[in-house]
Amino acid sequence: MVGRAGEPVGLGPDRRAAARGRRGDRLFHGAAATAGVLVVLIVVLITVFLVVHAVPALLHDQANFLTSRSWDVSVPMSFGILQLLWTTVATSVLALAIALPFSVGIALFLTHYAPPWLSRPAAVLIDLLAAVPSIVYGLWGAYIVAPKFAPIQDGIQHLLGWIPLFGGVSAISGGTTMLLVGIVLAIMVLPIMTAINREVLAKAPAAQQEAALAIGATKWEMVRTAVLPYGRAGIISGAMLGLGRALGETIAVMFILSALPQGSAWTWSLFNGGETFASKIASDAAELTPGLGTGAYIAAGLVLFLLTFVVNAVARLIIDGKKDFSE
Amino acid sequence: MSTLLRAAPAPRTTALAPGRSRGRTLRSSAATALIWLAFAIALVPLVWIMWTVLSRGLPSMLHLTWWNKDQSGVGPAGFDHQVRGARHAIVGTLLMAALTSLIAVPIAILTAIYLVEYGRGRIARIVSFMVDILSGVPSIVAALFIYAVWVTTFKLTLVPACASLALVLLMIPVVTRSAEEMLRLVPNELREAAYALGVPKWKTILRVVLPSCMSGIVTGGLLGFARVAGETAPLLLVASYTQFLNQNMFSGSMAALPTLINTNVQFMSSDPISADRVWGAACTLIVLVLAINLAGRLLGHLTRVKS
Repeated sequence: MVGRAGEPVGLGPDRRAAARGRRGDRLFHGAAATAGVLVVLIVVLITVFLVVHAVPALLHDQANFLTSRSWDVSVPMSFGILQLLWTTVATSVLALAIALPFSVGIALFLTHYAPPWLSRPAAVLIDLLAAVPSIVYGLWGAYIVAPKFAPIQDGIQHLLGWIPLFGGVSAISGGTTMLLVGIVLAIMVLPIMTAINREVLAKAPAAQQEAALAIGATKWEMVRTAVLPYGRAGIISGAMLGLGRALGETIAVMFILSALPQGSAWTWSLFNGGETFASKIASDAAELTPGLGTGAYIAAGLVLFLLTFVVNAVARLIIDGKKDFSE
Repeated sequence: MSTLLRAAPAPRTTALAPGRSRGRTLRSSAATALIWLAFAIALVPLVWIMWTVLSRGLPSMLHLTWWNKDQSGVGPAGFDHQVRGARHAIVGTLLMAALTSLIAVPIAILTAIYLVEYGRGRIARIVSFMVDILSGVPSIVAALFIYAVWVTTFKLTLVPACASLALVLLMIPVVTRSAEEMLRLVPNELREAAYALGVPKWKTILRVVLPSCMSGIVTGGLLGFARVAGETAPLLLVASYTQFLNQNMFSGSMAALPTLINTNVQFMSSDPISADRVWGAACTLIVLVLAINLAGRLLGHLTRVKS
């Protein structure tokens, strides 16, 4: 029996309790939905505020924002992001190139190669790499690794100096180069990539693996034909997430990488110094004052935000597409 | 499934598998070796970092002054040999992370509840997508956003709580994702049983669903706490360093372990006392973060629902 507006009639002994329950439901649903909408609002607000404060500075920019390499934020301002963009993208892609094979290898180790007693503690050890604060990576990279790394770099330069990427740069000594930053960033993004790869590789269907072994495949052939193909989408999206992390890493880059003097010549070499978007903003943080100058840094931050937004959105779309496919 | 695979003895002898050439077996062994090697190489930086930080930082940490004195009385360049306390920075780090958790955890748990219990259709998909985007926002951009709102737009003076606001943006997605995962693990039968008894949905969530996955949610909160306690970049922008102990989140400057490191790092090569301070602070930070992180994991492991 149903009364007006679909209210159940005479079902419970206490209709007031039911009404209270409905009011509680509305309140609670409202609170949960508000929190969800707040998250959306935060992302929208970040975009809006960065754009609003970047535009006035961009309008006063005497140089081309996208193609200039200089960074002068005192009026008249002339600043451009080309050098920052190159340093950011080059170090991050380098980090990705190093971390990708390792993360797949380690994920295979954890899911298919490690003896059962080892696989869980080994996973915790890899996760611990993610728990080390980035400032500690920065200290370690700049003051412990760099001096030891310098002679190795000289050796690489000596052997491969004819390749533009490994050309000699006289201004930077002591190993604090983009190459070292790329290696340290690779270690920092390794845990997140490994975690995702491990998850997708563990889900490869067992029947096909057993079938592969049954028809005489070696273990590696089994992994190659019955495990890795199932992980491809997950591995790619994990790589994108790792790339996003590397693009935005601040303090480790700031500690390790030597800044370039203004007006130094352009080079493709990874033995160059420089600054990424994030490290530039952080190292000039003390000079930030409300005004047009800050707008230049906000514009740089906006570009970084857009870069990571695109990278993360692509990662997410790949994961979602795969989910639809497998269900 | 994996145990089954491992239990099956891999037919290694060529006599048993006539179709398998020596080259294929060799290639497989090489792959196995490379995969073990990849794992071994990944442990090198972990061990190296731990050894470096502990061997250089532990001596400073073991002095009582490290825990109960701040840096007052130390000259601006940091060349004092008497006072080497980090109390101001330790307290600052904990206070900032605590305030961050206080704001971020309720929002994150409510968002997770929305996504799991209420959210359907397009809005839920947008919220879920934005949680992912938020988790990818670089920490320096979060700080820049707070700076743009607080200083540039509203012309306010920066206070220590601003650092917490920036960290909130970084903590929300971490806690939301782990809480969401935990809520999804709660079996639907529990919810249905509560509904069948006439319990309203909100009470079901608060009294039945949340308690049954509380330990998992606490684990997520602790992991989020550990992450924001170690963050440096936002502090550089919105939390200026001070040598003195300050316990007020809403006025003055407040030190934190990362900014203590950042202030002293430039004197490291010329002044061994500054170097002691830097490594001591790094060691304290790593011990703090790892302890909270491991505590969270252990709690999650011990109270895990056996499936």
